[in-house]
Amino acid sequence: MAERIFVVLVLAWLGSGHAWGASQVDVYEFNSPAEEARYRALIAELRCPKCLNTNLAGSDAPIAQDLRRTVHRLVTVEGMSDGEVRAFLQARYGDFVLYDPPFRPDTWILWLAPVGFLLAGILVLLKLLRQPPAAPLSADESERLRKLLEND
Amino acid sequence: MNRASLFVPLGVFLLIVGIGYAGFRLNDPHELPSALLGKPFPEFRASLLDDPGRMIDRGALVGEPVLVNVWATWCPTCKAEHDELLRIGAETGIRIVGVNYKDDRGKALDWLVRYGNPYDFVIEDRDGSLGVELGVYGAPETFLLDAAGTIVYKRVGDINPRIWRDELGPLVAGLLGASEDG
Repeated sequence: MAERIFVVLVLAWLGSGHAWGASQVDVYEFNSPAEEARYRALIAELRCPKCLNTNLAGSDAPIAQDLRRTVHRLVTVEGMSDGEVRAFLQARYGDFVLYDPPFRPDTWILWLAPVGFLLAGILVLLKLLRQPPAAPLSADESERLRKLLEND
Repeated sequence: MNRASLFVPLGVFLLIVGIGYAGFRLNDPHELPSALLGKPFPEFRASLLDDPGRMIDRGALVGEPVLVNVWATWCPTCKAEHDELLRIGAETGIRIVGVNYKDDRGKALDWLVRYGNPYDFVIEDRDGSLGVELGVYGAPETFLLDAAGTIVYKRVGDINPRIWRDELGPLVAGLLGASEDG
């Protein structure tokens, strides 16, 4: 019963759109639906600098409101491309605002480690599969095993 | 299978614990490294807190080293660091410029009368747009600029005696010494 209640609670929490929902109530105007779609995609993709794991769309933090307003301005008034908007925020707030860190000498381990772990796992698996089956017991060993089991 | 290999999982476990421990100690995840370090202070145009009709720009910040302190009356930590800013200004003579961030002008002026004014002048950033240019995500934040207007240091959080002694003080002394020599 307790487990069921827990599952229901978890589902309710997920359903509430905790991290993904658009909790903001800003009202913005756009020149075209395509522009609005780009704005929505950008604020869903970019990370709020104040909150460790919330995107701009999902955060009520004042800085997230400011940055949504900034993204809106960059998209509608300045006419920046998605890449230019990302670069604009990255230049001011650092890599943090991009969930995916850029591939650089100090970040390559983040990108390559999973591949490394996968290769290591495959090697271990191959090694285990190739191991010859254990040799059958000698007469002596069978006798000792039988005695050990009988003692119990 | 030999006996030593039984300890492989334990070794892997300890390795993960070690990496995790080092990772969590490495830095405070709330503290973002500034993307602006070593870069020129951004261009801006804004009005003065005590004289809203007067506009100033980046030119007002260059020529001598300056501390740019982003503060607001709604920010308790700003109150906590206020005395330290007054002390720094009085003892070192470095120019301190305030950025009043997303605040109410009346409250901000009251605050300066009540608690003392360490600032040469205060830039008003009512809507936080200068804050966005500066990568500000909370107050207080403090930038140290050299005479050319390049950001040489940034502190997110309060300026306290420990930060002054260990980080900011030596940098300020270096910049002031250099500008006197030159």
